[in-house]
Amino acid sequence: MKKTTTVIIGAGHSGLAMSRALEARGIDHLVLERGQPGNSWRTERWDSLSLLTPNWMNGLSGRPYAGTDPDGYMTVGAFVRAFDAWDAPVMTGTTVLSVTGSAGNFRVQTDQGLILCDTVVIATGACALPRLPAFADALPGAVRQMTPITYRNPADLPEGGVLVVGASASGLQIARELALAGRRTVLAVGNHLRLPRDYRGADILRWMDRVGVFDLPFDQVDDLERVRRTPSLPLIGTPTRETLDLNALQAIGVEIAGRLAAVNDGKALFSGSLANLCTAADLKLNRLLDTIDTWIARTGANAAPPERHVPTRLPGSPRLSLDLRTEGIRTVIWATGYRPDHRWLHLPVFDRKGRIRHDGGVVADGLCVMGLPYLRSRHSTHIAGAAADAAALADHLNRSLADAA
Amino acid sequence: MNVQNQVKAVQNGVNTEALLGARAALADMPAAAQFTWRATCEWVDGTHSRSVVKGFFGLGEEQSHTKSFTVESDHPPQFAAADNGPTPIEIVLSALASCLTGGVAAVAQHRGIQLHAVTAKVEGDMDIAGVLGIDADVRNGFSAVRVSFDIDADATADEIAALVAQSQKRSAVFDIVTNPTNVSVSVA
Repeated sequence: MKKTTTVIIGAGHSGLAMSRALEARGIDHLVLERGQPGNSWRTERWDSLSLLTPNWMNGLSGRPYAGTDPDGYMTVGAFVRAFDAWDAPVMTGTTVLSVTGSAGNFRVQTDQGLILCDTVVIATGACALPRLPAFADALPGAVRQMTPITYRNPADLPEGGVLVVGASASGLQIARELALAGRRTVLAVGNHLRLPRDYRGADILRWMDRVGVFDLPFDQVDDLERVRRTPSLPLIGTPTRETLDLNALQAIGVEIAGRLAAVNDGKALFSGSLANLCTAADLKLNRLLDTIDTWIARTGANAAPPERHVPTRLPGSPRLSLDLRTEGIRTVIWATGYRPDHRWLHLPVFDRKGRIRHDGGVVADGLCVMGLPYLRSRHSTHIAGAAADAAALADHLNRSLADAA
Repeated sequence: MNVQNQVKAVQNGVNTEALLGARAALADMPAAAQFTWRATCEWVDGTHSRSVVKGFFGLGEEQSHTKSFTVESDHPPQFAAADNGPTPIEIVLSALASCLTGGVAAVAQHRGIQLHAVTAKVEGDMDIAGVLGIDADVRNGFSAVRVSFDIDADATADEIAALVAQSQKRSAVFDIVTNPTNVSVSVA
């Protein structure tokens, strides 16, 4: 049995940011990691993946990007190397089995023994498990089902066509890779966003950051539930700074269809609402570009002339069904989102849909969670954003410990 | 975030506060959000039928309209019928238009946009070779549905387009028409 003040569960960018924040406050702690630091990045990503955020947004806490290409996009392999040089009190190869108790008296049971502590930080990430629709079970057994967590590369898939479900970053990137590898690819498109890689001579994320769209604190958002469900940013990090949108995908041969609504008798059935979802994404993009243009005009910032993008191109009559067998679709990739895995947390802190309840990351006295969408602001989703969240939550833990003392 | 409705008093006849209050209350009471809608249809003669709607279930108990409503349906003389009412197909189109139009008003109220006039024209294309059993490859239902809105409001063209887009995203009938639903039909 071990004792420490704070246990951090997960040595990803969030857990390590918290480790630094606790170290700065002189709080004794241990970081538990089921594999190696950065484990999900090492083992649950596809081969070709690069970060979709530019390097300046990807600094681990206390280690801002110091290279020569702040606007470039590093491969996951390069990013993972940043974890190797980390010195934090990490117990690797340690899987948490359960957490029980309360502030001042948490019991963390692991496969390496029991750890007692006063406070706990959950930093196991937002993307631990794929979120699949209930009708995934209705797919014919001959169709291989994968998720972005299990997908590695096109050669891994059975011969034949692929249905990619979901048009956020993962689905768009995987559909692109499959089409470029010569696979027949159909992409089912639900609610989605659209962004250009660059705008007015700079990375779109640079403008969004400067304009302040990431800054609004969680406690000033009027529909937090909705913003926490916002799809991931539909971007890709490539050396040529490609824009990845539905027009770009259709230009390389990807067929787009509506939201996958059901699987019936070996047929995928798509919603007839594709046109509206594309219109909504185009309108939202133009509102963002208007916001950026207004900011540039007000501040006199250096920028190339404004531009507007052609509306999303739609097939004349988007398909409503796809017979998987007769159309030779051998694989379905569910890029339908992720959810955290908190099944080992044996405390009454979940809502009716099984999601952890928290107030800006504070779950209960002495118990915090990190790395969830819009935890404290939109920065919470970004790798470099973990440092600010860690600081705020470490202050909470500090107060909790002081109150108990 | 939407701050317009805090500074502009718009009047589209939609009680946004009541709707937002219901939304907040139902988020915590998922069982109360379970509704069942009903209609009872009686055959009159030929293709003429009469549906009555009055009761429905929701908020955990039986509910009722303030009075019963009747919807008659028939077919026009071109189908050798007596034309006592719109076809069921036209009732579906009317339902889609009503749902989207009501949605436009509700979204406009929430966004602080004053409406002056809203017209929705709906068209549904159909090859009746399907319903007549002439060609098994032709579906019975619509091959395409088009809705065209004409909206006069104190808003920009993009704001109006966004109203219409959001109305579709929250429309029950739009969902009913665009997505498959399991339907079971039994005989008592």
